[in-house]
Amino acid sequence: MTVNTSRRGFLQTAAAASAVLVLGVRPDGVLASGTAETTMLTPFIRIGADGRVTAIVKHFETGQGPATGLTTLIAEELGVTMEQIGYDFAPSDPQVYNNLMFGAFQGTGGSTAMANSFMQYRQAGAAARELLIAAAAQEWGADPSVLMIEDGVVSGAGKSAPIGDFVAIAATLDAPADPRLKDAAEFKLIGNAQVRRKDTPPKINGTAKFAMDMQLDNQMVVVIARAPRMGATVTSFDDSDALRITGFIRAATLPNKAGVAVYAEHTWAALQARDALDVQWDISNAESRSSDQIRDQLISAVNADPEYAITATSRDETAAKIDGAAQILEETFYFPLLAHAPMEPLTCTIEPLADGGIILHDGAQTPTGPHMALSQILQLPMEKIQIKTMFAGGSFGRRSTPTADYQVEAGLAFAMTDRSRAVKLVWSREDDIRGGYYRPAVAHKVRVGLDSAGEITGWDHRIAAQSIMKGTPFEGAFVQDGVDFSSVEGAADTPYQIPGRFVGLSDVAKATTVLWWRSVGHSHTAFVMETMLDIAARAAGRDPVAFRLALLEGGGSDQARLAGVLKLAADKGNWGKSDPGRSQGIAVHKSFGSFAAQVAEISRDEDGNVKIEKVTCAIDCGLAVNPDVIRAQMEGGIGYGIGHVMRDEITLTDGEVDQSNFPDYEPLRIGDIASIEVHIVSSAEAPTGVGEPGTPPSAPALANAIAVSGPRITHLPMTSGDVGFI
Amino acid sequence: MTISLNLNGQTHRVTAEPGTPLLWVIRDELKLTGTKFGCGVAACGACTVHLDGEPVRACQTNIEDVEGAEITTIEGLSSRAAAAVQTAWAELDVVQCGYCQSGQIMSATGLLSENARPTVEDIDEYMNGNACRCATYQRIRAAILRASEIMEA
Repeated sequence: MTVNTSRRGFLQTAAAASAVLVLGVRPDGVLASGTAETTMLTPFIRIGADGRVTAIVKHFETGQGPATGLTTLIAEELGVTMEQIGYDFAPSDPQVYNNLMFGAFQGTGGSTAMANSFMQYRQAGAAARELLIAAAAQEWGADPSVLMIEDGVVSGAGKSAPIGDFVAIAATLDAPADPRLKDAAEFKLIGNAQVRRKDTPPKINGTAKFAMDMQLDNQMVVVIARAPRMGATVTSFDDSDALRITGFIRAATLPNKAGVAVYAEHTWAALQARDALDVQWDISNAESRSSDQIRDQLISAVNADPEYAITATSRDETAAKIDGAAQILEETFYFPLLAHAPMEPLTCTIEPLADGGIILHDGAQTPTGPHMALSQILQLPMEKIQIKTMFAGGSFGRRSTPTADYQVEAGLAFAMTDRSRAVKLVWSREDDIRGGYYRPAVAHKVRVGLDSAGEITGWDHRIAAQSIMKGTPFEGAFVQDGVDFSSVEGAADTPYQIPGRFVGLSDVAKATTVLWWRSVGHSHTAFVMETMLDIAARAAGRDPVAFRLALLEGGGSDQARLAGVLKLAADKGNWGKSDPGRSQGIAVHKSFGSFAAQVAEISRDEDGNVKIEKVTCAIDCGLAVNPDVIRAQMEGGIGYGIGHVMRDEITLTDGEVDQSNFPDYEPLRIGDIASIEVHIVSSAEAPTGVGEPGTPPSAPALANAIAVSGPRITHLPMTSGDVGFI
Repeated sequence: MTISLNLNGQTHRVTAEPGTPLLWVIRDELKLTGTKFGCGVAACGACTVHLDGEPVRACQTNIEDVEGAEITTIEGLSSRAAAAVQTAWAELDVVQCGYCQSGQIMSATGLLSENARPTVEDIDEYMNGNACRCATYQRIRAAILRASEIMEA
């Protein structure tokens, strides 16, 4: 082949200008590279000829930080600044963008975003660095071992040039299978508290696009008139009043008869038309219980023989150790249903494409679920469905359901049209609060024996819960020998070395659909463990910190790390040295691989109302990749935990949810917690979760502080009993 | 009905039924989506806009009541207080999910326009109607104090 040198020069320039180096992992797991135009790979990194790096973020961003965290990993290993790197959310592809802890399933949950991405994204960044260096070495005729990349510039052998200059050549090279990762001592960005959030700029000027912000030219807005009780079905509806509303298009019963879809030209018309609709419901098979009955049922279950024994120690052995004890402590606990109530009500948009396929625009927490569900509902092959992940306005677990509930609603509503117009499904706040996916109601009963020296002799712990996983596609993975581990996590596997401990579980039929809610089982087990230990410490006449430390002494790594955060929180929170008129409570808990301890400090007004003055938190989540994001997650996790236990519950009357919006499901407000201080344990361990672990200790730390000079809280929310807040 | 809206310094002719909340005209008609829908009952503050410089909840403001008024949304913020608030918000990385933050910033700007040196108590009282489910409140409070400093400098 004859090459015209001048033409070759032109081609090279043209290729460089349009080249985009993509780097990712092939389905077989091998790192591979190629140009965007020719590759079949779906990448983690895209680099333009202008040197602009884009991280492909496989986890959704709902404030917990992956848009910053995963770009930090790539920027660190590649050798670019945080300003030189942007990010896009990954498309739905469970072969390439799967959560490495979930198998072939793409999704965010269980506080795993950093834990499962840490090595994967670093390796991608390191491979890109080695490719660009190899390309520069080739171009310059230099030894690659003398070249380096820093701040987006390749240098060495007396030369330097921006990485964009080498993208075209790098795209033709084979990616290294085992690139060298930086040593921790070389980190400039990982662990740097000065790194700022990547998603701050669009979120402070109104340009950030959430799924609720979809405004396609041809879209219809759909709201659903939902059954007032779970399990009720539509028998008929009358839309004659709705027809008078400008912008109303039509109404149609969903094929599953769970509701009536109301189609309109815009949101206000849809909401008004729904109000004007008269729907008749068949409630013969609907839930008819009230929450008092559900609570009574749960409490009787913890007073009966448990269905499942979880610990090796038998009930009888434990009972024998408690019955002969010098002191016997016994408490029954109740936790109500709770809504997630993310700030952005649920929404997604289905956009039809010319080829018959669709795009789902969604703050997609677990894209694989809706991807499969829509494929079935719309009878489309998976490859005809694209999912564009947008910012999610909070989730706390709600945007991921085993049934892909709201995406399925959108799919059903879209399927009932001629598919020529986009369908945007919108939930109102009332739909959200009454929407029936709640943190399960749970009861616990614990009996503890103490000997005359104040040592625990036995611990009998019964739990009755509405199982989250049973009856869902996740049953196989999470339920073993009948036990839904999410009902007992944090109690069954506590790192405390408590002698003679029995844990039993009973399932109680669901009154409503229940779902993981920030910290899942830990949202109640931590409260019970830490409250009972506090009661036991005080009954033994021991300091609550010293009492806990004694149960952690001489253990393994988990015990040492729990003790570490407990001591740090006690130290930083001035444990035992509060100002006069104030009380302190402490709690510590392991969840999602991380260890968190908190000291809550309260004061009271003359009427005894509680003011939360300060929460001091210590967190050990392994290597702290983005320390300021970790701080923010602790602050938020504490606020989420405390806000709900203060005053929130979902209750039912004859099967209908009593609450409907923020006025009766009151969110934490700015004045509720005067200050929060977070201390991060320095660690070289692999990074673990931060989205959820701040929540579990927050409620028991507060309850323990209140109990110092007030009632011992065992039934939530606190305001349902004798506690008032300022 | 057809109404002339003065929004972010521009005049828009919009057609809407009487009783339509300003929120839905801003979002669905003018396609300015920085102003958010959170509750529809003025209980969360996500839809906060300025009406003649005062923060109001757009979900409870009827369209026929705002003709002639000067409306500002997050996209049109340009005052000295707003610049200080946005600078402080970026410095402290206040946001998490971000959905409530337009409303928080509109309210914080309203506070600092009225009171350039608010105390913590002033902040807690003024910002009480702006809910943040991510509980970014510690940083909101700190950022307002920081913005106050920036304005003084």
